[in-house]
Amino acid sequence: MADPDAGRDARTRRAAGRGSLAVMLLPALMAVVGLFGGGLFLGILQGLGHLPGAGLSRLSATHFSRVWSDPDFLTSFGLTLYIAAVSTLVAAVISVVAALALSRLVNRYRAVHFVFQVPLTVPHLVIAVAVLFMISPAGLLARVAAAAGLIQAPADFPLLVNDRWSIGIILTYVWKEIPFITLMLLAVLQNAGRELLDVGRTLKADAWQRFRHIVLPTIFPALGAASLIVFAYTFGAFEVPYLLGRTYPMTLPVWAYKHYSDIDLLARPEGIATGILIAGMVAAAVVTAQALTRAARKKGIVL
Amino acid sequence: MRALGTRLLAPAILVAVGLPFATLGVWSLAERWFFPDLWPQAWGLRAWRYVFATAGGQVAAALVQSVAVATATSLVSVVVALPAARALGLYDFRGKDTISVLLTLPVIVPPLSVAMGLHLWFIRLGLAETFVGVVAVHLTFCLPYAVFVLWGVFSNYNPDFESQARSLGASQLRVWRQVMLPMVMPGLIVAGLFAFLLSWSQYLSTLIIGGGRLTTLPVLLFALMGSGDRPVAAAVSIVFVLPAFVALLFSARHLGGQSLAGVR
Repeated sequence: MADPDAGRDARTRRAAGRGSLAVMLLPALMAVVGLFGGGLFLGILQGLGHLPGAGLSRLSATHFSRVWSDPDFLTSFGLTLYIAAVSTLVAAVISVVAALALSRLVNRYRAVHFVFQVPLTVPHLVIAVAVLFMISPAGLLARVAAAAGLIQAPADFPLLVNDRWSIGIILTYVWKEIPFITLMLLAVLQNAGRELLDVGRTLKADAWQRFRHIVLPTIFPALGAASLIVFAYTFGAFEVPYLLGRTYPMTLPVWAYKHYSDIDLLARPEGIATGILIAGMVAAAVVTAQALTRAARKKGIVL
Repeated sequence: MRALGTRLLAPAILVAVGLPFATLGVWSLAERWFFPDLWPQAWGLRAWRYVFATAGGQVAAALVQSVAVATATSLVSVVVALPAARALGLYDFRGKDTISVLLTLPVIVPPLSVAMGLHLWFIRLGLAETFVGVVAVHLTFCLPYAVFVLWGVFSNYNPDFESQARSLGASQLRVWRQVMLPMVMPGLIVAGLFAFLLSWSQYLSTLIIGGGRLTTLPVLLFALMGSGDRPVAAAVSIVFVLPAFVALLFSARHLGGQSLAGVR
């Protein structure tokens, strides 16, 4: 009786350590796996045609292939990709400029820094409403144009919301995401940038060389991560394109929800299948971007 | 040139950030504002009277609903995330990378994909159109965010303080309460605010799981946008942003301002 107990003592302590780690991690993991993983899993099952009571034997890829072969799917995908890519790119470029300018300014003007944080906390929906009021055909900008004698009636004003180029949607995203990216860049710049720039200056590097070889490598990981988050968000978001987009073509999330909430219950699995496809595309984009960065680093391309 | 640019930067940021709110503010106070006037023809409090009196019950109910959902989501997120973040931040163990990926996915995968999948399951569990169901679907992305914020906090946390307290005879509970909690409190508040704001601005997942029965502010705002009454939509929009401003002021007051960077 005494022998196994004595031998177990050390082992139990190690096991207890592992056990307590499990206890700490389990609630969070169970919630994420159960709710998030469960949601995706059940979404895939329903997308594969699983109906309650019908059993799993009838799974088929019909809904996925119907979504896939719908000519509107490709149009919607193109529109979604266009909005996400342009919004991310524009926001990223402006953010780099803003971060560089602000890194010189911030210490003197804390208020500017504070104001810059405001867009972070504001819901996208509110900004979409404000953008609508500002650039719609009878909006603020059109009134300014009328006052300047450029247009006579709202109909003369170029269509900037519910428009072909999704200007309103992109504007909303850019306004919301610039502070997000900029503040991520500022955090990096203020920690690491200063001294290296001084070294660069002592070594007589010109402004462009300092940017290319010091600033860009310093901020790139943060810029990449922030841009990826923005891209993933704008690709899968519903509210802004729903409010400011055209009725045709729709972005993929709007398309998915339209099918999902269709009175025709047969359209529902197609909506779910589209949602799963969106999830898959976003995940694939993030994985690819990370793999590309890693591969570039291995080849010695310093970015 | 550079000096001029720097001097113009601060006003430019102020205008760019302030313009949408100014627009909403003026619209909410406009009684009549026809094209092409730059300024309302008649001012009035009709929209605000509508928000607080005519539809006062509806707006107040939506406000309470939004606050309740976001508070519950935020509290559960923080309580569940705290031990997990401690394990991830302080210890090295196998499977840590897998867990990191597992937690990253809900942050990038849009909530609508998850909400649509969960809906049928929630109907059968009796969770659809309920408060608990909506909080549960918000948790899918708020909880991982909270874990990431607190993970960063625990990466810079020194557990030696805890052993010191223990060697002085403090009980485990006392160590948690009087050593760990005060040390991680700023991070805890940021994580909580983070989760609150994420939940606060959710529209589609609330609509799918809540089925229109759980009318939070964004659900109400969308309904009002459909009615085309601009002053009222502007007023409700302003009610909708106020908590965000309160959160921001609070963080600036108590946490030194920089800490909300990273909230989306």
